[in-house]
Amino acid sequence: MLLSLLVVTALAVIRLRDLFAVVMLFGIYSLLSASLFVVLDAVDVAFTEAAVGAGVATVFMLGTLALTTSREKTPSTHKPLLPLLAVLVTGAALIYGTSDIPPYGDPGNPIHHHVAPRYLEDSADEIGIPNVVSSVLASYRSYDTLGETTVVFTAAIGVLLLIGGARRRRSEEPPRPDHEEDA
Amino acid sequence: MQILGLYNYWIFIVLMMCGFYVVISRGNLVKKLVGLNIFQTSVFILYISMGKITGGTAPILTGTATVYSNPLPHVLILTAIVVGIATTALGLALVVRINEAYGTIEEDEIHAQSEDEAL
Repeated sequence: MLLSLLVVTALAVIRLRDLFAVVMLFGIYSLLSASLFVVLDAVDVAFTEAAVGAGVATVFMLGTLALTTSREKTPSTHKPLLPLLAVLVTGAALIYGTSDIPPYGDPGNPIHHHVAPRYLEDSADEIGIPNVVSSVLASYRSYDTLGETTVVFTAAIGVLLLIGGARRRRSEEPPRPDHEEDA
Repeated sequence: MQILGLYNYWIFIVLMMCGFYVVISRGNLVKKLVGLNIFQTSVFILYISMGKITGGTAPILTGTATVYSNPLPHVLILTAIVVGIATTALGLALVVRINEAYGTIEEDEIHAQSEDEAL
């Protein structure tokens, strides 16, 4: 049911030309996928997706629309046939590939027999907190998390340079020496 | 049973292809980024579906449950969500700068302006 709603939302995103509506639909899409993650037992992921995907990403996109324009122009030169063909071929190849995937929800799948049982059995003794996801994130795989924060830091610097730098150049254009120290 | 067992994966492919289609067929840069995010979220759904065990519960040790879903995909996707918002923010900042430089966020018009400048 949730999956069908996700597909309907994604199709509506393709059809609509009003970018404001597209961004709102993307927020709905994120919220729906967060609900799906709760159904699939991934509560931590659902929290993050609802806060980051549906919240922060939507706010960023709305901010961009406020700074640019909220209407997509009708394409004149883009032909829909070639992209459609590429998408159908890729999709068919992927669906052919699913025939080798082990069935959904089966406890005998290979993914459940590598390190996951060890995390579930030993993390309570080794780390001492009940939430296994937190133990793995902050202790067993803390280097991943360190790398993640590095990426976020780099992206924040990039955004500040791109937008902050532009604003300084614009304010320098009218020659007003009084304001140079503020910049 | 085999059909039901793959339903999640098929929906993931449909969603991924929706995002892919938006990215390659639309010229508007903001819409391309929305398509990229749909693509990304579909991959999250793939990973979380793989970690699910029928009859299991969330991987929080309570002492009463016996079957837990696999916590490892959850950790990987938590990281991916945060990295995803960082890259989206950077992309949107680039869109804002492109709009300041060219006055438009349509790919065709940007190409046309670049060709005019080259001539």
